[in-house]
Parts: sequence; C-alpha cells; structure tokens
Amino acid sequence: MTIKTSIPESELLSAGHLACQGCGATLAMRYALKGLGKETVLVTPACCWTILAGPAPRLSVGVPLLHCPFATAAATASGLKAGLVAKGDEKTQVVVWAGDGGTFDIGLQALSGAADRNEDILYVCYDNEAYMNTGIQRSGGTPQKAWTMTTQGKGGSERPKKDLDSILEAHHIPYIATVTPGYPEDMVRKFKKARGIKGFRFIRVLSPCPPGWKHDSSDTVDLSKLAVQTGSFALYEIEDGAFRLSMKTPKRKAVGEYLKRQGRFRHLTEKDIVEMQEVVDAAWKRYESRS
Amino acid sequence: MPRLAFDPEKTAPILISGRSMAENKTGIWRSIRPQIDKEKCTHCMVCWKYCPEACVDIASGIPEINMGYCKGCAICADVCPADCVEMVEEVAR
Amino acid sequence: MRKVLMGNHAAAVGVKLARTDVVSAYPITPQTQIIEMLNDLGESGQFTGRFIKVESEHSAMAACLGSATVGARSFTATSSQGLAYMHEMLHWVSGARLPIVMVDVNRAMGAPWILWTDQTDSLSQRDTGWMQFYCSSNQEILDSVLMAYRVAEQVLIPAMVVYDGFTLSHTYEPVDVPDQKLVDEFLPKLENAYALRPDTAEAFSALPSPKEYYRLKARLDHDMTRALGVFEEAGKRFEEIFGRRYRLIEPYRCEDADTILVVSGAPASTAQAAVDDLRKQGCRAGLLKMRAFRPFPAEALRDFVRPGTRLAVVDRNYSQGHHGIFCEEIKSALFPLKSRPEVYGFIAGLGGGDITPELLKEIWKEADEGRADASTANWMEDAR
Repeated sequence: MTIKTSIPESELLSAGHLACQGCGATLAMRYALKGLGKETVLVTPACCWTILAGPAPRLSVGVPLLHCPFATAAATASGLKAGLVAKGDEKTQVVVWAGDGGTFDIGLQALSGAADRNEDILYVCYDNEAYMNTGIQRSGGTPQKAWTMTTQGKGGSERPKKDLDSILEAHHIPYIATVTPGYPEDMVRKFKKARGIKGFRFIRVLSPCPPGWKHDSSDTVDLSKLAVQTGSFALYEIEDGAFRLSMKTPKRKAVGEYLKRQGRFRHLTEKDIVEMQEVVDAAWKRYESRS
Repeated sequence: MPRLAFDPEKTAPILISGRSMAENKTGIWRSIRPQIDKEKCTHCMVCWKYCPEACVDIASGIPEINMGYCKGCAICADVCPADCVEMVEEVAR
Repeated sequence: MRKVLMGNHAAAVGVKLARTDVVSAYPITPQTQIIEMLNDLGESGQFTGRFIKVESEHSAMAACLGSATVGARSFTATSSQGLAYMHEMLHWVSGARLPIVMVDVNRAMGAPWILWTDQTDSLSQRDTGWMQFYCSSNQEILDSVLMAYRVAEQVLIPAMVVYDGFTLSHTYEPVDVPDQKLVDEFLPKLENAYALRPDTAEAFSALPSPKEYYRLKARLDHDMTRALGVFEEAGKRFEEIFGRRYRLIEPYRCEDADTILVVSGAPASTAQAAVDDLRKQGCRAGLLKMRAFRPFPAEALRDFVRPGTRLAVVDRNYSQGHHGIFCEEIKSALFPLKSRPEVYGFIAGLGGGDITPELLKEIWKEADEGRADASTANWMEDAR
C-alpha cells in the first residue's frame, strides 16, 4: 500500500452526515480534524454545519460540539475556553467552525472582540461565499459579479468581496492562514501548526459549494485547486505579521478557467473576465511585494 | 388522549447528541455509483483522500467504497489519476 | 463582618463569595461598578475567577453560554439597553438549561435616553425562561446572589437578581458580609451532570424533533414551577446558616389589614415606612413585598389573600396599552379564586421618579376608599 499523502489515516468525520453531494465544507472539516485531532471542542453558529453536525441525538464528528446563536461564535468560544481553564483544563483546543455569513457579517463584532482580546482560540471560517444554508443569499464573502438569490441582476454582486483577512491582520493576532480542500496536505499542516500556537488564530477555508456555486458535485476538488492555480484564491500564512505565500505559482492560469466552470458566473462577459483578471493580478502584486 | 403523555421528571432537561450519524445510511441518496476497475487501480488512495463522505475503506490496501454511504458525488472518478473509477447509473433497488 | 456597601459592591462581593469561575461583562450605567469592583478584586488576587471583557452584552451572555456549558459557575451584569441587546441569548441559555446568574440593575428603556430606574427592562424579559428575584436592600442584593446560584444550580435554570438603579445600586447601606466558610457551606461547588466533557464526543443544542422540543419546554416549565419550592427550601437553609430569611412573598403588618400595598424592589422598603405612618393614623394598612417574579408565586398569593380586602399594586413598569406588569400577573394569579380581593393597579416612578412615602400613602388611600379605577392602570405622580 502506497498512500501518496502525508495526511493521517484516522477519521474524526463520520459517514452518514447530511451534506450535499460533493460538499467542500465536509472535506474541510475532515482535513481540519485530521490536523487538530482529539482534545478539541468545536463551537458552531448557525451555518450549514449546524445541519451537517447532525440533528439530535446524532453527531457526525468525533469531538464535542457546542451549537450557538449566529452572532456569537467567537464570544461563546471565548467563554468556553475560560470555563475550561477555570476548571484546570489548559490543553483542550477550542475551535470555532463558522461559515462566511457568521464571520464576515453577523459574527464580525464578536470575532473582532475575541481577536482584540487575543483569546486563546482558533477561529475557522469555511467560506463558501454566500449564505448557503438559507439558500444562496449574498454575504460579505460573496465575490464581485457572482450570482446569488439576492444578486440576480444582470451583473451579479456589485461590491467586491470583503477583505476579511486584512481586517483580522489589523487586530495584530499571532496567526492567520488561508487553505482550501483541494490541498489537503497544506490544510492539515496549517491546522497542526495553528494548534501549537497560543493566542487568537484565524484560518479561512475557501470551500466550494456545488448547489451555491452551481457546479457539478464532481468538480469540488478541481475548482478548489483551480481557485489556487488561477490565483483567485491565494494560499498564505501571516505569522506575527510576517506574510508568506504557501505555494509558489510562477505561472498562474487564466482566471476564466476557474470562473467558467461555475454557474454563478455564467452571465459574465469576456470584458467582465478581463476585469476580474485585473483584480487578481493587482492582488498578486501586493502578495508578491510582501513575500 | 390530548393531554401531555409523559412524565417531565423522567425527561432529561437537555437533549445531548452522542449517537453517531453513521446510523444514517446516505447511500440511498445516490443516483450514480462509482465502480473501481481493480485491474487499473494503482492503490494511490487519492479517492480515499478526497472523499467528502470519508467512506472509502483503505484498510486492505485496495480502496473499497462503502455503498451504504456513498452519495455518488463522483469526486473519486474525477480525481483518480489512473482514470479507473467509472460512474454508472444506479440500478433500481 | 458588617460593612457599609453600595448596592453594586454588595453584588460584586456576593459574586466573589460564590467563588464564581467566569465573569463576562460589558459596561453600562448604572451597573458598571459591579464589574469594576470584580476587576479590582481580581487584580488584587481576592477574586480568582476568569474575567472576560467582552465587546457587547450579547457577547457577555454568549461567553457565559460557553463557560457554563463546561460546568463553570458563570456571572454577568447589565442594565436596560444592555439587557434588551442580550434578549436572544436569554432564551438560548435557559433553553440550554445553564444555571447562569446575572444581575440586572433596573434602568428605564429608551427612547428617549434615560439613565434612571424602572423595571420595564427586566420585566420585558418575562418569557425568556429566566428566574427573576427582586431586591429592596443592599443586604438582599448580596444574599440574593448566593440564593440565586443555589436555586439556579438545583433546577438548572438561569436566574436574574434585580434591583433599582441608583436608588440601591449607588446608595450605601450597612451590609452583613458573610464568612466565606459559611457561604461555602450554603453554596457547594457546582457539579453539573449535563456539562460538556472535552473527552466525550457529544453535541449540545442540536436540532430536535418538534415532539422532543415540546417535551423539553414542558420539562423546563415543570422545573420552573419546582423552583418555587426550591427557593423556599433555600430560604430556610439560608436562615439556618446566616440568620436571615427570604421568602417568595413577604407580608408586613398584614394580619388585620383592609388594604395592602403590593410593592417590589427598593420602594418596598419605602412602603414599610408608609405603612407605619398609616398605622399611626389608625389605618389598617399592610404591605406585601414581591420577591419572586419568575417563577410567579401564584399559589403563595392565593393562600395569602383574604376576600374583602383590597390590593394596591404599585408598578414601576408598564405594558403599554394594558397594565403594570406585576398587577397583570397578580390579577391573573387570583382569577381562579371564587372570592377575590379587589385589585387596583398604580403606575409610579417610571424613569426614576421618586416613589415617596407620601405617594404610597396616597395610593393606599385611593385603593382603600375605592377612588381608584380597578379596570385600568392608575397613573400616579408625586405632585410636589
């Protein structure tokens, strides 16, 4: 047997969960738990994972999980950590597992507060770029020009995606990373690393969503990789303010290759795609100037 | 019997969820099924790596997809470097 | 040890004596001194609980959700807009059956901006599944924090200790600060059998079926009702240890009273003086102090009242378009009686207006002489 991968074999995600076929957020959880291991408690606000974790009395992960109201994940996790420490448990890792709506939008205040206090928790946002659990409405994480149920006009979403990582960086926290399930080894490595760091850590997972992005369920891994290979989504780490790209991509593929495989961008014109390429190129100038 | 028919003293104050979702057989969701050509399979386990259901068993060194759970997303067929996974129409059960 | 303490400091001392594990709070007038003092006590090493300085009241209660879920004794304090901002979380933590204790220092609700006391903030949280205990002195504040933890942890329902902004929160009174050893005897270490254990893969508050949800709510109601007895037992135990007795409702000079003032919070102390004055004038006046609002002591009330008497309910709160809130609840509790006392409702002191002995005596007389309207709320103002 030759497994050409460095990711652990043991599973903390159980089959039988209620995710849609080809769900990126399920793969994300699978790899995150491989990196984190046991002695982890998840805190989950309203998001797809509220359902995926299982209706009572069932659970689809091998670690404890606390459901909490939409706006509260970072605050609930802060309290949970404090409660554990008060009871003499310093080692259990408290991990928020929240969607982009619960992070970019309604949960941003609590997130900012917890980051500002440098709470000793790991906050993970699985970013599928819209309110998918309620049926694909625009969030602050929705990319410019993307179709959603609330951006159905000709041009799609008008505003650029909120630069959440920069907002987090402005909180002077010890660790920020981006990951996506197309690169499980990178994911597992970063979650392991995050576990070993004290203070507030933030990981954003770009998480393809077949019904929301309108792509075939078999394309989840491909799109996750294409997001990286086209530079639409950059894999990086920011450790104590030091920015480092995780993968050298000397020749990025054309952004169109990523966009054209998603129904949410079906309405884009060639001019739109040129504009989106320019946005990506500009972002990479900034990344490269920082590396 | 319109009255509440249970004894509150005998009901736990909260509902704790400790039973595994593995009790839920999602295989019935499937409309297409993966078939692995065991001759062509190189045992690279990439199908195991990318399965969102975590339902590919690699204990024997040869990938076995648990059809009790496989939802038929076809990621395994898409990512297989040896191109040995074929998706076929699910037959009526 | 006897000390002169303001109400807010009495609350903070209670929280310290309860050996609270986690405090999570956000500043708001007139509550702020509670958390300032706990912070000071923490910095000087006298209070060893964790203190989370959250960025909002919503997060304050969310942090309590997290800490109480793992079995840590948890506390927060707020007032007015802050309490309203927490509203969603109040429902959540009672549904999660977490024995959190919170102080609400009463402050009226805006708009317009208002700093002074009334009870509409706490009473409008009536249906959130929290217990509510009202205090009328600084001694009661300290003692109620201890009582609240004991009752909350026995029935697994969160409890709110409520008292008047400024009138009690910022006013100094002599307070007997109990010995830590005695407090430990009254309030043992929290052992919550339903706490999340980090080594056990279990989810908390996952989606149930409608039938399961319904039964959970029926169980909560069952335990809320049970809390009436648990409160009385705790009151007895408190008396055995500390020599002070607390009851769900507390009558004063009611034995032969024709008309009884029904009051909660600090004005209940003022009402004692009013009743004494009325008695000196030969009036058969009495006072009933309401200590518990949730669970509502309906049975105790029905046992207490006698036909032919009159109740003058003084509400420093209101439900727009209807009545004062205590008055509504009292009328509803007495309705099953075949022969009921007359109940008059008076609204007084909203937004911090003084409820003076003179005003209370006037209220008593209006009820005693049948001059007030029993069918509606009577809005009273001290004309001076």
